This record gives sequence, structure tokens and C-alpha cells, in this order.
Amino acid sequence: MAATEPTDRAPVGSKRRLGGLRRTLAPVSEARGMTRTMLWFGAGLTLSFILIAVFAPVIAPYDFDTFQANGQRFAQLEAPSADHLMGTNVQSTDVLSRIVWGTRTELKVVLVSLFFSITIGVPLGLLSGYFGGKLDRVLVLVMDALFVFPFLLLAIVIAFLLADKVGQGILTAAIAITVVYIPLYFRVVRNHTISVREEPFVEAARALGARPFTVIRKYVFFNVVQNVPPLATLNAADAILTLAALGFLGYGIQPTDGAEWGYDVNRAVSDAASGIWWTGLFPGLAIVLLVVGLTLVGEGLSETINPVLRKRPKVDVDLGSTSEDEAGIL
Amino acid sequence: MTAVPTVPAVPVVSVRALRVYYGTLRGTVRAVDGVSLDIGAGEVLGLVGESGCGKSTLGRGILGLLPEGAASDGEVLYNGQNLVTMSDKELRGLRGPELGLIFQEPMTRLNPLMRIEEHFAETLKQHEPSLDNREVRRRSLETLGRMGIPPTRFRQYPHEFSGGMRQRIMIALALVLRPKLLIADEPTTSLDVIVEAQILRILADLREDFGTALLLITHNLGIVAEACDRVAVMYAGQIVEEGSARQVFSEPAHPYTRELLRSTISLDTTKLHSIPGAPPNLIAPPSGCRFHPRCPDAMHVCVTKAPIEQALDGSRRVLCWLHGPAGEVPDDGWSQLERQQIAVAEEA
Amino acid sequence: MAAKGTSLRQYALTRLALVIPMVFILLTLVFLLMRVAPGDPISSALGGRVPKEEVDKIKADLGFDRPIYVQYGDYLADIARGDFGTAITDRREVRDIIKENGAATLELTFFAMIVAIVVGVTFGLLAGRFRDTWIDGSGRMFGIIIYATPVFFLGLMAQLFFGSYLGWLPTSDRASPIVDATLDTHTNIYTIDTLINRDWDAFVDVSKHLILPAVTLGLVTAGVYIRLVRVNVIRTMKDDYIEAARARGIDERSVVYNHAFRNALVPVITVVGLTIALLLSGAVLTETTFNWPGIGHTLILYLQNRDYTAVQGIIVVFALVVVLASLIIDFVNAYIDPRIRY
Repeated sequence: MAATEPTDRAPVGSKRRLGGLRRTLAPVSEARGMTRTMLWFGAGLTLSFILIAVFAPVIAPYDFDTFQANGQRFAQLEAPSADHLMGTNVQSTDVLSRIVWGTRTELKVVLVSLFFSITIGVPLGLLSGYFGGKLDRVLVLVMDALFVFPFLLLAIVIAFLLADKVGQGILTAAIAITVVYIPLYFRVVRNHTISVREEPFVEAARALGARPFTVIRKYVFFNVVQNVPPLATLNAADAILTLAALGFLGYGIQPTDGAEWGYDVNRAVSDAASGIWWTGLFPGLAIVLLVVGLTLVGEGLSETINPVLRKRPKVDVDLGSTSEDEAGIL
Repeated sequence: MTAVPTVPAVPVVSVRALRVYYGTLRGTVRAVDGVSLDIGAGEVLGLVGESGCGKSTLGRGILGLLPEGAASDGEVLYNGQNLVTMSDKELRGLRGPELGLIFQEPMTRLNPLMRIEEHFAETLKQHEPSLDNREVRRRSLETLGRMGIPPTRFRQYPHEFSGGMRQRIMIALALVLRPKLLIADEPTTSLDVIVEAQILRILADLREDFGTALLLITHNLGIVAEACDRVAVMYAGQIVEEGSARQVFSEPAHPYTRELLRSTISLDTTKLHSIPGAPPNLIAPPSGCRFHPRCPDAMHVCVTKAPIEQALDGSRRVLCWLHGPAGEVPDDGWSQLERQQIAVAEEA
Repeated sequence: MAAKGTSLRQYALTRLALVIPMVFILLTLVFLLMRVAPGDPISSALGGRVPKEEVDKIKADLGFDRPIYVQYGDYLADIARGDFGTAITDRREVRDIIKENGAATLELTFFAMIVAIVVGVTFGLLAGRFRDTWIDGSGRMFGIIIYATPVFFLGLMAQLFFGSYLGWLPTSDRASPIVDATLDTHTNIYTIDTLINRDWDAFVDVSKHLILPAVTLGLVTAGVYIRLVRVNVIRTMKDDYIEAARARGIDERSVVYNHAFRNALVPVITVVGLTIALLLSGAVLTETTFNWPGIGHTLILYLQNRDYTAVQGIIVVFALVVVLASLIIDFVNAYIDPRIRY
């Protein structure tokens, strides 16, 4: 008999959480063609970077701020060579090592910030969307105002303000990025919660006397949370760009805390006049590749999860046998 | 009902052994599996069946308006040409001036950003590019007027009209070029009863007002009884019975038609009657006669052999072993299929 | 029951009414943010470089010694009059800063926007129309890659390639020093000014300086458009009226152009509003990379000097511009799509 399609709005009990997860991910395995290629390619890229970050100590030939070995200082601004595969920069540190260690910095900051953005933004959106009322109106106004403001400018201002109190560095950049992206999750989750709240099965649950939190937990949460993974991956891609921008402007990581790609590109600007290309090209490429990887995963996910964009795989039709022939076989 | 021709003199459209199959991940769906049909000039032919029996696909298949992934085979003869093998370009030329199609949901079938005037202008200019604006306007308003839409509303947007009015606009849009055949796919299903009656009146009078033949696709038997000259009953991609509406409704030949009529609710209904079982799987339809798992009159032959079409008195035909041909039925085929066996077949 | 056509004017009024609370919130947020820092802005900006009595005097001048709610009131009143404050470090009025440097940013973002729309919409329409073909694939990859490229990196590479390596285009500033010094400014928008002066050589010079920054910023922004337009085209092609048009025999080309593309582009107008926010951020980075004397670059310089009043004033202007832009976008949207005029 015909199997049922995974519906996007089916109520999911908390006991069958694993089933819910499988149902959520089902469209991913059905992805075909370009979406599939995108997903896997992007996942591969992103995974590579994650591995590089995890195994940084093993992969990087030197530390991110090593400028000498065996008592001998490295050549300054040396072109790519056997010793330094991507050359050295003006401070005699190895570019390749800085890329590798930089991976750690980027991922660390972004993952931590996103984690906090989500844990603050999603529950706020859920509560605001479900309960409505005055709290909702106030939150919406504030979040909309923040949302409308350019991300980068907001991050710069926050980083600037915090720099005095907390000191520049990883924490500042992380907080800036966290705050900037909270409205994004709030908005999306709130809007989806509102539409799910009006669904018949939620109304039915309420009619049966279910308490608000039960309803939220069992019915609303899983529906709404489906939105988060594609949003989070695309958000991560954006956050990396924001972090790099902060680094470029000097509001990111302190050079003593770790390597950061945006900062490196900034240092490379003055090298450009002399035609020195390796100090800027490699960190820049690293940014591009990581962001592309994350974007591909995010786009792939949102295409598979969004039923409007999902494409039915084309299957060849065989008109060969007519029904009369079939009947004869029996 | 108006006088009924017993046999359509010269059919406007002749469908012969039409098959439309879709490819899906789970197998090939045989939405239309060998359908033959004639629609006479100016007649109203009703096509009834449950949801999922393939009637919408048949309607679209006649026009060649099938989605990607569908393949068709057979003949749809119009004006001596076979529409199934015709090129896309030629087919497009026929849609509008010769063949029309109106849909179920009038709410979404009009472009929200285009005025009604622009919809008409586009259609008229597409098929008759030499028309000047004044002529376009004249013809549009004339057709709209016949549908009860005043000229003052010609420049309004779709969302400013109610559902019933939008359906009338759609009908006018389909008729403005005076096609010979209009296919209406569940035109009143999403409308309330009063509006439905109005639309049906318009459709039933097409012959007088425009000389257009109508293929009315619906799952609502009441509509068919009211508006149609002839009716074809469809089940699992095949036509199981066809004949004049009066005859089919008063003396249904096929058990499915009989059961359908019985399940219709009227003022006389005291008990609800439903057809047991579920609609058939179009990927792997039941063997033999496709209705056998749910048929109260099923015989053993119905399981093993597919029925052969029989012509009955008048212009009737039926696809059922109850009506023969007797010569094709094996000796042991005549025995009744027991209820138990039917239940088992249901599970399959 | 036909709805009476709600007029554009009614919509405009309603929309304007909604804007006021948002502006209020933004202004208040900026005010609070600036006060969050420890100490007072004056000391941070000038402390150590200027004797204490001077600092106290400036503090009193600018009103920083009064209670906070009085400051808030003054702040709002000033903004209402169009006075956005005075910079502490160089005593320029924010109003003038906006006028002078704002024109530079306006010029840059305007041309960048044109590049973004032309590139983005074209690729997006093509990608959506020919979905899942190589056109779609390459269009999307192009969009993803340029969006992933930080504008400063693209700018850097552009400078290296077109500037240092090929030597075709200048890599910084708005104009060559000579032109800059002799330019008779009217609007401060150099391309317009040189045309007004009928100085063709200057016009060419200024345009050459504009190319790299505008194209860089425009390309990076185009990535957003490609993605959006593509998705909208795909969605629109599935709409019911498309099938209905085909049923009337409308040829595919007309269906795509008059129905699909037109309807798909409507939501894009909204995103143009959002991209203004994107462009402003990008402008900051682009201006820094190319040493373009726009508001973004100026903001960064004031930030580096810890000039809180200047920063506050500029941010307030940014906020107002963004809100105004989104308002205009909504009006355009309502004009195009008659359904929206609630």
C-alpha cells in the first residue's frame, strides 16, 4: 500500500523523539540532484575545517605566534617555500600555521556565540509567539528595531563598548556576535510558533485541557525547531564573516590570544603595495572556503526541509505493458 | 433537462485507448489506463468518480496539460488530428480558441498582480494578435457580461472579487475565444451551494449560449444529474459505465455506479450507506476487475480476468462481467465470491 | 463581497504611525548604549591629552554633568531639531560630517546597489528559470562564492590585480590629488559635480576611482539577490495561475516573463530594503579598504579615537536612514502589489 509522506506538521510525542528526529531528517535522504551534491560537498568542506580545528596541534607545523626555530628567526615576508608552505608574514610567523590555528579561533567563537544566540532567542520566540500579549509586543518592537540595524555596525558598536569594560578579545567578539543574532532566531521562531499555534491539532490539545507548557513541549516545539538547523548553519556562515570583519577592523581577537583570519587580511593590506600576495590570499581563501561550506550545507538543508522547494525526483515512465496483458498473466 | 441525443452525431473529441502514467519513486502510477470516450458537439458529458480515480488527469490529458514526469499514449482525436502526438506548439495554439479548461480553485487561478482586463487582453492577443484594443475590450466585456460581470469592474484586481465571481471570470476567460470544448475540473467544489447552483446554470446553458460542448468532471452525483446529458463513471483509471444520465441513474448497470448512487444522501436517506474498502492503489491495481475487492456482486471470474467492454441498449456501455460476454467466462467463474474472500482481497 | 480598494494614502498613514515607536526605541537604545561605558565620554576621548579643567568645561558645555533624564530629554529635543551633536575630538558638527562624508557613501552605495541588482537579478532569474541545469548550478555557486567572499578580501585582491599588477585602475581615494584639490563641490557627489562643472577629465578620473570599490561592494551584495530571486522564481512557477495561463495557450515565454518573473520580483523589492542595511555594513569595510572618505570610514576613525558623541550622532543618523529606507520600500511594495494595502 502507498506509504505516507512525512508531513511537516504532524504532532510528535516526546516519547517518540527519535522517530521525530528521523522524520525530520527524512527529506535529507530523499534529496536528489543538485541539492544532494550541495549538501554533501558542503558537509565535506565544513567537516574538513572542523577536523583541522580539532587536530590543529598535530597539523600545524608551528604555533600561531612562533617567529623562530632553533634560535634562528624566520625570514620576514618570505614567499611560499619548502619550510613555509604558505610563506611568512611581516612578523615572521608562518602563514600556514596561522591558518590552521585560526580555524580553531573562528569555529570556537562562532559556535559558542550561536549556541548562546539560540538558547536565548528560541525560547524567547516560543514564549512570545505562544503567549502573545504585552510581553510579546514589547519584545517584537525591540527585536525588530535591532533586526533592522545592520549586523556589522551593531557588532562593531557592541564590541567597541565592551572593549572598555571587558577588554578586547575572544569574549568581546563572542558577545557582540551573540547579541547581534538573537533577533534573527527570535523572529523566525516567533512567526512559526504563531502559525503553528493556530493549527487544528494544537487547538484540539488545548480543548482537551492540556496545560500550555505541555502543549508547547509536545506539539509546538518540534515543529518549530525544525527551522533551526538550516537557519543556524546559514547563520554560522554569516557569523564567520562578521567575526572576520571585526578582526579586520581591529575589534576582534587580540593577536596574543590566537590567530584570526580577518586580522591577518588587515595586516596584509600594506603588503599589497609591494606585490606580496601570500599574506592576504591564504587567510582570505580560508574564510571563503569555510563560509562556502557552511552555506552549502545551510542551503541544502533549507531546500530539503522546505516543502515548497522540494523537487519530486523524475522517474522514467514505462508505458510498455498494458493492463490487458497483465490480466492474462494471472 | 433538455432533449437528449441518443448517440452523439459527430463527436467533437474522440478519445481512444488513452493512457496517462506518472513515474514516482514507488512505481508507475496508472492514472488513466485505457480510456475511450466521445464527446458530442454541444453536449454536456459528466465524468464522475471518487478522489484519485484519475478523472482530473483524464481532463488534463485531453488538453496535453500534464506535469513533468508524466507520459501518455493513445489517441485524442480533434478535428482529425491526434492531440497526443501533436507538437507542443500546435497544442498551445488549440488551447483557448478550440479547447478550454477551468479549474477547481478560482481563488488562486488568476494572477493577483494583473487586472481582469489584462488577463483578457493577454489571452485574446495571444491567439489573435491582429486584434486592436477596442475589439479586445468589446469581446471581453461581451463575454463577461453574459457571465454577469459588469463592465465597471473590468479594471479591478482578482482579490476584489468573491470566489463565485472569480469562477465566472475564469469561465468567461475560457469562453472568450469560443472553444468547441470546455473541460471543467470540479468547478464548483470549493464554492458554496447557492453559488454552485448559479455556476451550474451557466455551464448547463453553454450549448445554447456559446455552442460549446462541456466535459464536467466531478465527484458530486447531484451535479451530474442536474446538468449533464450523458455521464461516464470512472474507477481506478478506467471508464466502468457510460450512458445517458437519465438511464444510468435510474438503472445503473455497474455495481460501482449502483453503490455510488446508494451512498448519495438525499432527503429520503434514513441510513448511511458506504462502499466498503479503500480506493484502489493505482501503482499496483487489483487483478482482473479492479472493483472486485469492494464489489458486493463479485464473482470468481472477476478476480482472474479483466472484464471486456459490453455495449448495452441505446448508447450505453459497461465494463462488468455481470453483463457478459458470457462466452468468455469459464464454467467455474460464475460462482459468487464469498464475503470472507472479499475481506481477504481487501487486505491485499 | 468585493473589498473596497484601500487607497495608497490610507496605507501610508497607517505605516507611518507604526514607524514612530520603532524610531523611539532605536533612539533610546543608542542613548543607553552610549551611557553604558564607564566614566563619561569626554574623559575617555580627551583624558590624558587635555588638562582636567578643560575637560570639565567641555563636559559642562556639552551637558554631561546634568542628570540622565535631562540629558535624555535634551538628546531627543536636539534630534527633533536636526542637531545630532558635535564631535569631541575635532569639534565638527555631526550634521556637517553627514553632509560631507555622507555624500561619498551615498555615491558609493548607489552605484554598488546598481551593480548588485543587475548582477543579482539577472543570475537569479536565470537560475530559477532553468532550475537544476548547469545554468542554475553555476549561477548559485557564483552567488554563494561571492557572498562568502569578505568584501575587504575581494577589495584587496582587486587592488592587487587591477591596481598593482595590471595598473589599470586606482586603488584608493575618490580622486587623484590634483582633481581632489581643484574640484568645485556642489553636491559633494563627485560624479555629479564634475558633470556640472563640465570637466570631462575630472569626471573620468573620479569614475575610475569609483569602479573598484563600487563593483566590489556590489558583487558581494549581489550574492543575496541571486539566492532570493531564484527561490522566488521557483516558488512562483508553481503557482496555480501559471498553470491556468498555460491552459489558455499562452506561450511559455510570455508565461515566464509576464507572470512568473513579474510576480517573483515583488518580494525582492522588500529585500532591497534589507540590503540597504547590508550595504551600509559593507560600505564601512569597503571604505576602509579603499580609503574612501565616507561615513563608514569616518565612523571607524571616531571609534578609534573614542569620540562617543560623534559615534552616537552618526549611529543615530544610520538608524533613521535605515528606518526611512524600509518605509520607502514598503510604500513601493504596496504600490506594486495591490493586495498589501490593508
